[in-house]
Amino acid sequence: MSAAAPLLAIEGLTRSFGALAALGGVSFQVAARERRAIIGPNGAGKTTLFNVITGQLTPTSGRVLFDGYPVTGLPPHAIARLGMGRSFQRTNLFPALSVRENLRLAAAAGEPGSYDLLGRVESRRAPLDRAATIAEAVGLSGRLAEPAGRLSYGEQRQLEVGVVLATNPKLMLLDEPTAGMSPEETARMTRMLEGLPRDVTVLIIEHDMDVVGSLADRVTVLHYGLVLTEGTFDEVKRDPRVYEVYLGTA
Amino acid sequence: MTTRLRAIGWVLLVALAAVFPLWAGNYPVKLLQEILIWGIFAMSLDLLMGYAGMVSFGHSAFFGIGGYVAALALPKSAGLASALVLPAAAAALAAVVIGFFSIRVSGVYFIMLTLAFSQMFYAVAFQSSWLGAEDGIVGVPRPALLGRSLDQPLAFNVYLLGLIVLVTVLLHRIVRSPFGHVLRGIHDNEARMQAVGYAVNRYKLLAFVIGGTVAGLAGALYSQFVGSISPDAFLWTTSGEALLMVIIGGTGTLTGSLLGAAAFILLQSLVSSYTERWMLILGLTFVLLVLFAPGGILGALRGRVGLRS
Repeated sequence: MSAAAPLLAIEGLTRSFGALAALGGVSFQVAARERRAIIGPNGAGKTTLFNVITGQLTPTSGRVLFDGYPVTGLPPHAIARLGMGRSFQRTNLFPALSVRENLRLAAAAGEPGSYDLLGRVESRRAPLDRAATIAEAVGLSGRLAEPAGRLSYGEQRQLEVGVVLATNPKLMLLDEPTAGMSPEETARMTRMLEGLPRDVTVLIIEHDMDVVGSLADRVTVLHYGLVLTEGTFDEVKRDPRVYEVYLGTA
Repeated sequence: MTTRLRAIGWVLLVALAAVFPLWAGNYPVKLLQEILIWGIFAMSLDLLMGYAGMVSFGHSAFFGIGGYVAALALPKSAGLASALVLPAAAAALAAVVIGFFSIRVSGVYFIMLTLAFSQMFYAVAFQSSWLGAEDGIVGVPRPALLGRSLDQPLAFNVYLLGLIVLVTVLLHRIVRSPFGHVLRGIHDNEARMQAVGYAVNRYKLLAFVIGGTVAGLAGALYSQFVGSISPDAFLWTTSGEALLMVIIGGTGTLTGSLLGAAAFILLQSLVSSYTERWMLILGLTFVLLVLFAPGGILGALRGRVGLRS
């Protein structure tokens, strides 16, 4: 495969809920190592797009190629195992389990050792070590033993991203990681995302234009289930149509 | 130090229980053996309920299958194959089939589906003349181990204790293994487990089969203990009683299920010797327990006495 081949290729995706077409034929590509933001007003189909890409929803038509392979129709766990990790807009953790265990479970996903019936969790070092490393990266090393449900909202959002990171993905899909955060928490999250290793490709849904501006190489604008335009942040920002449908109403 | 003390405590408890028939009368011994068998059954359900979050109302299917297979096989050959291996294997097979369909749904639908499967077995047992129809199979002999018959209460008691220790240790290790931790993750957030890359249904099916196999073992022991098995073993009340034992003892603790089985059976025998309305008293007791000790007996003990989890 040539170096220019996209890591993610979306080809004519449609998804209807009854009479409502949440996605009306979306096509775009994301190159490896790219930081891509998806913006668009509420109801533009951003989360539906994520759900179709990661297999939570099957598309009505169209397909998704990941690393050159069609993944449409595969179950979510199989897509995740290929190296696609996603976070959720509404925090989606293991609230009864410790921060360490949240991260360890994610790190151990797909390991054959997960079917080990009689061994001890503590004797498998690699997932545990990875959990500690990720906790450090998302600023939760001091909270490893705390149940995820008892973390503050901001910390839960950090862990939400940490769980994705722990699966060691090639592509991270982040669904509004800063949703509901205070300005300080948003700034901390942005710094953390900026610090992600460059070989992880990131596709991020974000409403906060400061976050988009500082993170994204390119921006795709979604409107009523269609790609309105695509370009660098500055190009998109100057586009009068974007101003009209999105920035103008914000 | 505490772990060593605990280990010594457990060994003493098991040793005392093993030689219980040496000084205790017939009735207390029967009660103990009933507790041991139901304890194994309740623990197998707790693996599903307390760890994987699968509340099954059809666990009696495996108990009944184990009981019937042992009852059919033991008259032909009195060895361990008839007493334990065949019944457990049959229950495992049934669990693969029932589980394959049931784990695809969750919550109330899972409860209804497992319940329906177990009632199907009830109907089959009730109508099959080769299974003794409504009378079931009577005159089930006890197995012989190393050429020694287990007819004597002491021998049977040691056999039961050996098995319960084996099952307890095995289940204890399973819930602490990487696999067991995957089950807890599924219990806590199944969708997220899928999203991070776990083939959730495979883990649930494996847990269901392990639980079913152990339940089959308990059923086999039950028909050896009573000397008979009837279609009632398949009834939903059998599942319901195990469910109560798990809840009374403390869901998701395994050891709690043993305590729950003991509490249930002792209370039942105590109250029923005083009044015919023992079901009413039992019911009230459970309502109070669930209201005031939602963590079950073990949960309450841990809270009050500061017992470690």
